[in-house]
Amino acid sequence: LSELSETARRAVEAALGAGAAAAEAYAGRESGREVRVHGGEVESLTAATQTGVGVRAWIGHRVGYAYGTDLTEAGVGAIAARAAEAARVADEDEFAAPPQPARVEPLAGLSDPSVATSSADQVAALALEVERTALATDPRLAAVEQAVYADAAEAVAIASSAGVAGEYENSTCFAYLQALAEGENGRETGLGFGLARGPDGLDPAAIGAEGAERAVAMIGAVKPESRSCPVVLDPTVAASFAGLIGGGLGAGSVQRGRSPFAGRLGQEVASEAFVLYDDGRDPAGAASAPFDAEGVPRRRTPLIEGGELRAYLYDTYTANREGVASTGNAARGGYRSLPSVSASNLIVAPGELSAAQLLGEGVFVTDVAGLHSGVNPVTGAFSVGASGRAIRGGELAEPVREFTIAGELVSMLGGVAAAGAEARWVPFGGSVSTPPLLIGEMSISGS
Amino acid sequence: VNDLIDPAVAERVLARALANGGRFAEVFAERRRGLTMSIDESRIESVQSGAEEGAGVRVIEGSTTYFAHVDGLDPDDLERAAGEAAAALRGKRREPRALTAAEPGTPHPIAHRPEDVEAERKAALLRELDERGRAERAEIAQFTASYAEARREVSVANSDGLLSGDDRTRTRIGAQAVARRDDSVETGAETLGAHRGFELLEDDPGEIAAQAARKALTLLDARPAPSGSMPVVVGGGFGGVLFHEMTGHGLEADHIQKGASVYVGKLGEQVAQPLLNAFDDGRMRGEWGSDAIDDEGAPTQKTQVIEEGGLTSYLYDHLSAERDGVGSTGNGRRESFRHLPLPRMTNTYIAPGDATPEELIAELEHGFYAVSFAGGQVDPATGDFVFGVPEGYLIEGGKVTSPCRGATLIGNCLDALAAIDAVADDFFMKTGICGKGGQRVPVGTGQGHVRVGAMTVGGTER
Repeated sequence: LSELSETARRAVEAALGAGAAAAEAYAGRESGREVRVHGGEVESLTAATQTGVGVRAWIGHRVGYAYGTDLTEAGVGAIAARAAEAARVADEDEFAAPPQPARVEPLAGLSDPSVATSSADQVAALALEVERTALATDPRLAAVEQAVYADAAEAVAIASSAGVAGEYENSTCFAYLQALAEGENGRETGLGFGLARGPDGLDPAAIGAEGAERAVAMIGAVKPESRSCPVVLDPTVAASFAGLIGGGLGAGSVQRGRSPFAGRLGQEVASEAFVLYDDGRDPAGAASAPFDAEGVPRRRTPLIEGGELRAYLYDTYTANREGVASTGNAARGGYRSLPSVSASNLIVAPGELSAAQLLGEGVFVTDVAGLHSGVNPVTGAFSVGASGRAIRGGELAEPVREFTIAGELVSMLGGVAAAGAEARWVPFGGSVSTPPLLIGEMSISGS
Repeated sequence: VNDLIDPAVAERVLARALANGGRFAEVFAERRRGLTMSIDESRIESVQSGAEEGAGVRVIEGSTTYFAHVDGLDPDDLERAAGEAAAALRGKRREPRALTAAEPGTPHPIAHRPEDVEAERKAALLRELDERGRAERAEIAQFTASYAEARREVSVANSDGLLSGDDRTRTRIGAQAVARRDDSVETGAETLGAHRGFELLEDDPGEIAAQAARKALTLLDARPAPSGSMPVVVGGGFGGVLFHEMTGHGLEADHIQKGASVYVGKLGEQVAQPLLNAFDDGRMRGEWGSDAIDDEGAPTQKTQVIEEGGLTSYLYDHLSAERDGVGSTGNGRRESFRHLPLPRMTNTYIAPGDATPEELIAELEHGFYAVSFAGGQVDPATGDFVFGVPEGYLIEGGKVTSPCRGATLIGNCLDALAAIDAVADDFFMKTGICGKGGQRVPVGTGQGHVRVGAMTVGGTER
């Protein structure tokens, strides 16, 4: 790890040498593997290592960025010089300034030794068990398109001329499958997944069974009638919507007037049943770390409570624009990207109702498609493809597919009638923990 | 072909990869360089410059692919990757064939290398876009634009003796406008991209800024889109994303071989009306989805996938072609050296028909006209697809009438494909970024206006 910090420190020095007035370097090293299985056999086994550094350089209030994989002295020098060069192209922005160092509390529980100690054969066996369990669940399950196990162990170091210095390690792993069930009118798919810090934290049988049950449940799906009705969002779907809401609460989009939550701080934006916070220190959340992508301590930030919008999420730049403090929500996709404001782990608070108690009449939505194309991030208006089950008389009834659900994010939040009692971690919409949500009324378009 | 990897080193790496057996080994080396910048609030920002090198080595034995990738192109790095890929194999050493330079494929010449153009000129271009977009009307409240150039030099060598390489430069600009009037806020976006250099931007790049602004402004007067099943006329160019989603993905041979496509067993069958012809063509000169060779060294080619309504071909990479006992169609693509190749589309399009766009519309008493598109998604196994239409219009009495916002088109592949009943002659191509298996690759989509007899429109009208 200290070697990585040393690389970051060298990069900062080189950027100052290349004419930067201030500089920050973010170095990352990751080793990972992935196993894909199909038909009882390993389809592919991947071993990967990545190391690189990204340098942010400030010249006055101009900022530039460069990254690369060549960590030799000459290589780091070239990256740093390109960062300074990039800063000269950018325009002055009075709020662009290097983050200041702050006291960082260590955070335990981010690494699981079983990532390092489990062999390729062991994790391949785990993926094969996911597939085997799915196939054994129901005779109508025709195949598993793919069962996948992947893990990564990552080390991160950050250094800056302002005195920021820190490093940490973490590990993550996941397994999922896409199960195929055979129905009279063709095939149905079902997704099952699990997330953990290491393979010992995964339950392959449960993952396989979930995919199989979801696929089989869709056999014989019909197009539902167009209408307005209550809708229950499965946690996988609720998480996707939570991700959209988290995006709209980032101060970057708010300040530029590109968020449905702009200008609504302190106002009523949801029903009291919908409680949302951002928590960058929950060890169970994949985005947790002692500090964010620019070295600012991660923390817990209540976003929506008592129906009211309580806070936006800030990185250093967006905080400078308003003269407030960063909430530790700078994020980046590794050393290749500039930090920008983003939710860490979004937590939707569980309510009191069991899954069964959420069901009255309406539609249980288990899958949505087209979220990247069917949502207007500025207004929050959305229309997305959906599939799931009809709900009648408090019970799940026939499967339904090929319909759209449409609405507007803020009015949807106002319509949350209840949150389920059981939350789970979902990798959609970022890193989200959410229970199922009952929405009083939504517009669905089918036949 | 290029200086990424010395042939002698490549032979050593392949020998190391086959040290524990395997019927096929390959090393894919790559150097990636890029520059991106954007303008927001009339300020140049997010200036980013990247330079990466690395290689991926794979070994295939039985039905298993063993893959390892490393950052860096030192011979030591490459051999380490080969050793890691071979680590899980337990067989007897195989010898790779001696390397010989392969057919290079059709190159896509770059007239004006973006890296030779001063960064200031790229910034000036963004300022021009900003001015053009904002000049459309005072109701343009926000405007952003981005510039991206990327060069990928790649080199492939495999144990069958293939040695090939390619040098790819892509340039792309995008514009996004936000229009505001009272409480209405609408957005419009447009892009221009190609497998070309800075010459792409020498005509009138500012036009995309004006187009994005006009889209946003049009939507200020739009009503919520209707809902229900109706005939849909799909606009040209990026309207081809419909065919990309509802047919292209289902023809990728990996989905077919796993039984996860509605097109399984349909080869040679009539899947569309006889007026429909469609292609995947990785050779179209300078197109966004074109390359000289695919990422396994196979020359790209023009593949007819639908001929007079009949399904004529799937899209193959090396591994899926080997499984079916056919040749690769040059569709083995990967996002980078950090990814395994998969069968992927290049430029996919519906060939132009005889009708005019006006005729397609004039014949409809009531319908929906989908003009701009925000991308789509398909589950190839079930055939269910969606596709976002931020800008559409009602068709009433054979005429285009009110603009509509926020529609999603939804349907099932086989039904929608069979329902295409007219294709117009106003063909053109547009750029897209296609995601599959966690990998994003540049793809072209294209068509003239196309009419689908019936499709479900999911709007927000109450």
